Amino acid sequence: MDPKNIWITFPELLTWFPLMAGLVAFIIRDEKKVKAWALAASFITLGISVASLVFSDNTKYFYLNNVSYFWLKYVGSNLTLGLDGMGHLLTALTALAFPLIFLATGKTNFKNAGAYYGLMLLTQSGLMGVFTAMDVLIFYFFWELAVIPAYFLCSQWGGERRIQATFKFFVYTFTGSLLMLVGIMYVYNHTYPTPYAEHSFALNAFYSATLSAKEQNWVFWLFFVAFAIKMPVFPFHTWQPDTYEQAPTSTTMVLSGIMVKMGIFAVIRWLVPVFPAAATRFDNIVIGLSVVGMIYASLIAIKQDDLKRFVAYSSIAHIGLMCAAIFAKSSIGLQGVMIQMFSHGINIIGMWIVVDLVEKQTGTRKISELGGIAHKAPALTIFLVVIALANIALPLTNAFVGEFMMFSGLFHFNIIYTAVALISIILAAVYTLNMVQKVFYGETNSITNAVQEITLNQKLVLTVLVVFIFLFGVFPQPLLDLTRDTVTLITTRFK
Amino acid sequence: MNAIILTAAWGVLMMLSGAFSSNKAMAKYLAVAGVVLALIVNCMEMNSGAPFFSIDVKDMLRFNSFNLTFINIALGCTLLYFLLNGSDIEKVGEHVPEYFALLFFVLSGIAIISTFNTLLMLFIGIEIVSIPLYILTGSDKRNLKSNEAGLKYFLMGSFSTGIMLLGIALLYGGSATGSFYISNIISGNAPMPPMIAAGLVLLLISMAFKVSAAPFHFWTPDVYDGAPTVFTSFMATVVKAAAFFAFVRLFENAFGSMHAQWQTLIVILIAATLLIGNLTAVFQQSVKRMLAYSSIAQAGFMLFSLFALNGFAKEGLVLYAAAYSLASIGIFAILIKMNDYTIDGFNGLGKQQPVLALTATIFLLSLTGIPLTAGFQSKFYMLMAAVQKGQHTWLVILAVLCAAISAYYYFRVIQAMYFKDSAAGEHTPDNAVTPSFKALLVLTAVLIIVIGLFPSFITDWLYF
Repeated sequence: MDPKNIWITFPELLTWFPLMAGLVAFIIRDEKKVKAWALAASFITLGISVASLVFSDNTKYFYLNNVSYFWLKYVGSNLTLGLDGMGHLLTALTALAFPLIFLATGKTNFKNAGAYYGLMLLTQSGLMGVFTAMDVLIFYFFWELAVIPAYFLCSQWGGERRIQATFKFFVYTFTGSLLMLVGIMYVYNHTYPTPYAEHSFALNAFYSATLSAKEQNWVFWLFFVAFAIKMPVFPFHTWQPDTYEQAPTSTTMVLSGIMVKMGIFAVIRWLVPVFPAAATRFDNIVIGLSVVGMIYASLIAIKQDDLKRFVAYSSIAHIGLMCAAIFAKSSIGLQGVMIQMFSHGINIIGMWIVVDLVEKQTGTRKISELGGIAHKAPALTIFLVVIALANIALPLTNAFVGEFMMFSGLFHFNIIYTAVALISIILAAVYTLNMVQKVFYGETNSITNAVQEITLNQKLVLTVLVVFIFLFGVFPQPLLDLTRDTVTLITTRFK
Repeated sequence: MNAIILTAAWGVLMMLSGAFSSNKAMAKYLAVAGVVLALIVNCMEMNSGAPFFSIDVKDMLRFNSFNLTFINIALGCTLLYFLLNGSDIEKVGEHVPEYFALLFFVLSGIAIISTFNTLLMLFIGIEIVSIPLYILTGSDKRNLKSNEAGLKYFLMGSFSTGIMLLGIALLYGGSATGSFYISNIISGNAPMPPMIAAGLVLLLISMAFKVSAAPFHFWTPDVYDGAPTVFTSFMATVVKAAAFFAFVRLFENAFGSMHAQWQTLIVILIAATLLIGNLTAVFQQSVKRMLAYSSIAQAGFMLFSLFALNGFAKEGLVLYAAAYSLASIGIFAILIKMNDYTIDGFNGLGKQQPVLALTATIFLLSLTGIPLTAGFQSKFYMLMAAVQKGQHTWLVILAVLCAAISAYYYFRVIQAMYFKDSAAGEHTPDNAVTPSFKALLVLTAVLIIVIGLFPSFITDWLYF
């Protein structure tokens, strides 16, 4: 296609449309109208994303998926946005997640709804920006901008201890990002000159930066800490259970379903390819941390009585495996990470929707106080069981494909890590089934007696999720095809 | 040249205007007109390069685009300050035209220390800036704290000026040709003779005092806290930035070639200033005192320009001056409208005064250095300058950790405004908040975001 005929590109649309829609949402006073507006906007974004998937072939439609404007011309940073395979994957996840979240939590009334939905859409815009940025300074901008609205969302509409918990989250991520900023500046000073500037912030410039092994060794950690906090990887995870517990559930869905993917994504795009030598040198440490975190989080999840904290810890365990698989550096492991990034997003959002429904109806999140919901709400229970099985990564579910591939990647790297990590799968079965049994089966009690069956809307949302779980469980090929270019790029960096 | 003469003359005019008109508001409008005029004539000088008054200054003052840009920023910020705080200056006391006159003399001094080319001019400029400030600090005559602050500032300021004079004398004696011109003090990268070294250290101490860099910062919290808040705002922003500008120009032009020999001193200053400023600010309950410590902390960042002395540092200094002054003037203007200067006094402001709260949030985010605000760009340029320098990268890491600490105390105010309910129920701000005041705050916030998105808006001035 001729670039002259294209006046707007997909990454621009995906980033700016939610931004504009979010700003408009701020000024809508009426709660019903703002809900409808946010839902409509999120569906339009989803439509854009679907269209971008149709034109995802970068060999044919390069100019539809990539764009660059001058920004800080004489510093060497340009507003470069682009969609490669991984970008398509994660923007699609983001675009899909928001309408589902809005639909699932549509019944919840928020005081000051305009600001709430505005901030949600701004978060979406920030996330889209992170996934499409092809210039590290732009990436840094969006990386921070995705967090600020989330901070306000959690502090304003969260639980009782929201202010402290959210602030902990903010300070953790802000410290991490600032360390990354120092790293960015350091690498920048070792990049090639552009026509206008001595150095450049462009992705390719960073990939070809001339850093000695010694420099890589310490700059690597500046980046890694930022991403490890976001994922989160043990021992940088302590903000996460508190924040997930205190944030409003819809925001928690965004945080756990998409925002943690920012960490994984950033490792794949900005860490491993920029510092291949350091990534090889420290692979044992990082994988070791991830595996320890998996076991540690699983053990805590077994003992959790609070449903939200339970899901939070189970999420840490899953993320740990993804992080380990990236540093195993095998093609199959990376493909597994790609599939799992999407699958984990779907599964955990499903999990949160169920938790939210249970909490709304019973007023409690304590596993020990619940029981017998299956008698009262059979449909909800069926959905939950499917999602729970996906959480354990049973065959036929989407998570199985991803985790299987990641484990094979890890197996080639080191058999001991694989063996230890596999224990966490068993533990996952223990805590997930234990939770299902205690909350949904058994005798009903005074709290769960009043539970009602879920509404059609909620059934629809959960059906969509379950369809995705099975679809990619039996036919993951589209995800593999989509992300092939990214995987190839990363693996060649290690040769 | 235009700006120096016009501001000095306008100061005299302001003083006389008090004799002919007792209308307080008149003084304000006259002052605004004066700053606007000064801004216009300064811009004309930038464009044409020829001042209205062609006085042969024997190169004792130097007018290039870098210096004039800075004067523009100082005048622009003062204009904003007058517009936002004009009616609050009227409330300080009886002698309104005199306050404005003193502020104009400060401006004249700022124009001199932004353009000085000899140590004498530097000294005169610093004095012209300081003496009116001593008076303004103590201007709330019936308030003991204000009196104490005025006296403290005067005593400490006099000592530092004395130290500066001693340093200048030593440099004069030690220079090869016996000259006050800053470019003639040393030549080449030879080892420093002891007299020059002693003079340099004395000058460093006195300038560090003026910009309140640790460990010479002890006067700052007391003076900033005791002075009437309107004047604190001016001291902490325009004056401080100007002192920094003089500091950097002095050390770059006079001792730049020996940078390696005094760099260690700057490193110690930066580390101490960042740590002391940030850690002490955390424990403050009064927003005014917190801002005083935060201004020390921000000085730590500005000192990076002295550490690096490269292209990024130069642009960064100008950006930092603009970004920091805009945000601080804004937050001080809001602070003045509050009944209660403690952090709890801001509780629930988000509901009662949404515009004030929103703009205050943007100012605080800018001071923290969140992307999209001018504060981020200025910190980015400063740190970039330091990283490009290539030595002491640990200092940059210390700086970002301190920036993370600063998030703690700035965000406490944001949390109070939005996430806490006011205990007293109603707290109508002390002074009426007029629509024009709100509009100006919004304008300031927009400016901060525009600079945050397009810093070249400011930095390009340096080259044209």
